[in-house]
Formats: sequence, structure tokens, C-alpha cells
Amino acid sequence: MRRSLKYLALLGYLVFLAFPLLWLLSTAFKTPREMANLHPRWIPHHPTLRNFSDAFAAQDLTGSAARSLIVAVSVAVLTVVIALPAAYALARRRSVLNRIAIGWVLVSQVFPVVLIVIPLFIILRRLELVNTLPGLILVHITFVLPFALWMLQGYVRGVPRELEEAAAVDGAGRVKTLVSVVAPLLAPGVVAALLFAFISSWNEFFFALVILKDPDKATLPLTLVKFTGAEQAARLGPLAAASLLATIPSLIFFAIIQRRLRAGLTAGAVKG
Amino acid sequence: MRRGLRSAFAVAAATVIGLTAGCSGGGNDSGKPVTLKFLSLAWQKDSLAANKRLVAEWNKANPKIQVQYVQGSWDNVNDQLVTSFEGGDPPDVIHDDSSALAGFAGQGYLTDLTKLIPTELKNDIPDAAWGTATFDGKGGQGIYGVPFLQESQVLLANKKMLDEAKVRIPTVDAPWTWDEFQQITKKLTVGKRYGIAWPLKSPVNKVLNLSLNFGGTFFQTSGGKTTVKVGPQEREVLQRIHDQLYKDKTADPSTLGMGTTDPLPGFYAGKYAMVPAGIYLRQQLVEQAPSGFQWVTIPPLKGQTTQQGAVSQTLSVAADSKHPEESMKFISWFLNGQHQADLAKGDWLIPTSKTAAQDPTLTSDKYGWNVATASAKSLVLAPYLKVNGFDEFKSKVATPALQSYFANKISLDELAKKLTDDGDKVLSRYAK
Repeated sequence: MRRSLKYLALLGYLVFLAFPLLWLLSTAFKTPREMANLHPRWIPHHPTLRNFSDAFAAQDLTGSAARSLIVAVSVAVLTVVIALPAAYALARRRSVLNRIAIGWVLVSQVFPVVLIVIPLFIILRRLELVNTLPGLILVHITFVLPFALWMLQGYVRGVPRELEEAAAVDGAGRVKTLVSVVAPLLAPGVVAALLFAFISSWNEFFFALVILKDPDKATLPLTLVKFTGAEQAARLGPLAAASLLATIPSLIFFAIIQRRLRAGLTAGAVKG
Repeated sequence: MRRGLRSAFAVAAATVIGLTAGCSGGGNDSGKPVTLKFLSLAWQKDSLAANKRLVAEWNKANPKIQVQYVQGSWDNVNDQLVTSFEGGDPPDVIHDDSSALAGFAGQGYLTDLTKLIPTELKNDIPDAAWGTATFDGKGGQGIYGVPFLQESQVLLANKKMLDEAKVRIPTVDAPWTWDEFQQITKKLTVGKRYGIAWPLKSPVNKVLNLSLNFGGTFFQTSGGKTTVKVGPQEREVLQRIHDQLYKDKTADPSTLGMGTTDPLPGFYAGKYAMVPAGIYLRQQLVEQAPSGFQWVTIPPLKGQTTQQGAVSQTLSVAADSKHPEESMKFISWFLNGQHQADLAKGDWLIPTSKTAAQDPTLTSDKYGWNVATASAKSLVLAPYLKVNGFDEFKSKVATPALQSYFANKISLDELAKKLTDDGDKVLSRYAK
């Protein structure tokens, strides 16, 4: 009885999570007339692909998806490359400086984006990075890094220090210990950080809006918003079709690496 | 302390960026020919096509002044612009609406176009429309944008229901008065069907624009100080809509929380006989209405007059633009009579150009174009456009107060008190 209640709650939660995506899927195949029906239905009465052709005809979806992919993958990889050693150092070495650094990481999360965007824009302009993808990558990394660092630090703390000591006793050097013992145990943390950085960058809108000026540099969120107009009006069909396509790379990325996203690899590692 | 932290963060960010600046993409300083960036907010399919076509035509005919088309979005254009104004890298030609221009002109972000506008263009657009883009800038009063598209408030009505109720279909020359309109909504309210749906999620501009029917301006200025005024003239439209909701019960209260387009499904399904709408909404009816659904555009209502407050879409030139003359040259070509007609058709709005208003499509009775185009004569400068601090008044005071009033939570007197007391406090902070 308790078990079935649990499953019921889980099912409810799943439906809650999946509802927007399913609605998007349904809308993407509806005609304008059907979308304006007072009694909407899940399965379109006259399914159409016109929304997709309209979306592709109106905007450069393929190009902007490719640019989004370049930015998001670069951000994910670079964030982890920078955050991993930093997280290790912060977790393993205890000093006043480290504590200040961790505090600073937290404080940096407090600032509203709107406060920072103008100074940041001016800095980027001086560096001639406005209107460039490297500029956007840099900004995304700056904003994703603190949380990724915080997250990875937790994972490093979860790896028992005794494992490293045991490796040292067995004659492994510092580098060997890190590469052969610590790194594999941190894999789930790395995957989680990669996912977090990728999705944050893939969905990010505001900085891209401010930094990228040329239409041929626009990322996917910038392109999607072009289907909306004033007073909450939107070209709902093409918007739904394009948004549906925009979720696919995230789903694929997630499907590929989620198998590695398993905690508990270290469970029992220090038992005798 | 906070500023200190912010600066510290900016320095930190600069350091991080400085370390990695090696991967810079670099700028383009070739300079020849002149390239203008044109930030456009067109988004409807036909309008987007018209904009892109015109830019391509211009580029072909003007190899020395090339225009780069950049599509922005109404939703966030002002955030985007403030950043690029402050950063010193704004687009040369900027599409926006006149309510945003007042603030930008005051900050010195836009070029005063008064001396740059060619006579032909100046004469083709009526003074009332120029008024919607004339503001106090840093160097005094000037024209900070070329107004080109306007919207009037009309009613869209189910033709079959009007015919069945044997209601007079009004014309621009013989419009419905508000009294007549209220009587008609009573006739059209039958069983579960309401005569009208008022979607009032964002009530402020709608109410302020319509209140001019009775001469209600909501603001008065004396000795350089602007205050809020809610007298008998301002109360008319407020009271009449409230009556339809709660006294006559001819308006569906469940639509109060809706945005402008939300009641359309109910309108198609026959739940309401009429919906108030900006004229651009006709496009959605053409696209969405079920086959056989007949609808008609009802011209602006008459109180003492049919006057409505108008806001225009405008093209401006950034103060930081290195090519203001070339930008103006492009704007005056882009907004000539024929082109304005094309842009108006694409966006289903009214052109300001007198030449454009004579275009055969814009004067035909198909899809209510004749009514829409003729309604331009009712449009006058919306008084709130000249009020410093209107945006804050609108979001912090007027929107919540009007929502409470239309939800029948406060009386008209309480509303008037809220608007004047709280409104004056806000506006006093903006007094120069």
C-alpha cells in the first residue's frame, strides 16, 4: 500500500515535470486555428509540419543551434578544467585563504545580473570581445564557475582522504594518486558539473543578448525570442516547433552522459 | 560597501578576462563603405519579410551606405539598448516605440533629428504624430524619432450576433457612443454569452488611452511639477467598464486577468460577442478564426470625442552613431509613403504617412482596413508620454490599483485616492 502510494506520488511528479514538454510537442504540430480552440486537445486533429517549415524559413535555426553547441560545449569543458583542480585544492588544503576564497565564491552569486552587465560589457568592449563567441564563452564560464567549483568541492570532500594515504603507502606519487585514484572517483561529480555548465550555457539568454550583435552570431535562445512580439503576442506555432528542436541537443547530451552520473561509487571503499 | 564589492567584482572579472584575452576575435576597422546597424523589432511573418526586402533593396542601390539588419525583440529591447548605450556601442538606427524615447532622449542617448529630417518626410507625417516623438532632450526639446506605425483601440465583433440583435453597425463618421455601446452589450448578453470581454491584465495604457474620449488626461502640470488628477473626466471610462462588469453584468469578469489575445478562443467559440483590441489583432483573426466565422471591426467609441491616446513605433538614431546623416538618409527612404504602406500591411497597423494611408489595400473594406486606417484621425498624443516617472507610476501604483478596482476590491473613490496620493509621491521624485 505504502509502496503504491510512493509510485503514485512519483507518477504525479513525473507528469508535472513532463507536462510543459508534452504540451510543447502537441502545440508544435497544431494549426493556428486549432491552437485558438477553446477546448484544446492533446492530439492535434489535423497535425501539420508547417510550423517547422515556417520556423526554418523565418530564422537561421541550424546556424544558431551550431553556435549554441560550440559555446555550451566549450563552457562545459573549460569550466570543469578550471574548476576541478581548484575544487581539489579548496577541499583538501585548509587555510584562512581557502576559507576566504570559498566565501568569495558564495558572495559572487549574490549580485543580480543587471548590476554587473554594464561594467562587464565595457570590459569586453575594451578587450574587443563584444560580438564574439569567445567573449560569450568567457562570460558564461565566469558565471558558471563559482557554482561548479562549489559543487565539485563537495564531491572531492566525499572522496576519503584515507584512499590517497593508502595509495601513498603503496608507493604511488602525488600525480599518480590523483590520476589513478582520485580522478575516477570524481567522475560522477565531473559529469554533474559538465551537465550543469552545458545546460546553463545552452539556455542562457541575457548575456548573449547584450554581447552578440550580429544576427549571424546569434545563439539559439536569441533566435527563439524572435518569434515573440509585443504585449505577450507570439507566433506560437513556429515558436513551439523551434523550441521543441532546441531541447533535443540537451536531451541527447544528457542521455549520453547520464549513465556516468551515479553516486555511491565510493561506498564501502574504506571498509576493511 | 555594496559599491565596493561591485567594483571589486568588476576588477576580478577584468582580471579573469584579461588572462584569457588571447583568444580575442578582434574588431573590423575597414570603414569602407559605411555600414549602419539597424535594430528592427519586426516579428510578424509579413512584416519581417517586408523589412528584409527593403533593406536588401537599399543595399543594392547604395553600395556606399550598407545597412546591416539586426532583429531584436520587443520583450527585452530596452535592456539591450541601455547596455549598448552605456557601453558606447549602440546600433545606428533604432526601432522602438515612443514611450521608450522620452527616457532615452532625456539621458542623451539619441540624436535630435529636428534639423536632419528632410522636408518631404516632415510634411508627409502629421504634426500629431511628430508630437509622439518630440521630447526634452539634453539640448532642449527636439524630435528623437521618426514615427511610422500607430495603433488604435477598436472593437472586434461577431457579425452574426450583431445582425441577430439588429444592432446598427457603426462607421468612422457615425461611431457608437459609449452609451450606445453599453446598451448594445446588454442586447448582446444572452444566456451564458457576454456582450464583451475586457482582458485587463495590463490595464493602464488601455484605460489611459480610452479616457481621452471624455477628455481624461490623468496628469496635470503646473510650475514644472506634474501631479496625478482623477476628476470626473478621468472617472468616466473607469466607471463604465466597472458597470459592465458588475452592474450590467454584460462583461465576463473571468477575462479580467487575461492578456489582450487570451479571450480570442472564447470569442471564436461564441462566449463573447465582442472583444476590445488593438487593430493589429485583426491579423490573428484572419489566421485563427474558424472557417465561416464572420467578424467586423468597430471604429473607436465616442465619448465627448473619439480621441484616443497614441503611441508610435519610431526609428531613431543613436547619439553615439558615427553616421547620423547617412542614418537619416536611410530612415527617410525606408519610411517613404510606399514603404510605410508595406510595413503597415505587414504589421496590421496604421501608417503615419499621409501618402501611405491612400494605399488601395489600406482603404479597402477587407479585414476592416478602411476602419483601421480611418481611425488614425482619432489618435492624439498620449499625455503620459511626456510624464517623467510614468513607467514607475504605471508598474508600482497604477497597475495594482486598477487591477484591484476592476476586481471590485476597492471603490472608485479609493482608486482615485490611491492614484493621486501614491502617484504624486512617485512623480515628485522625478521632478526636475
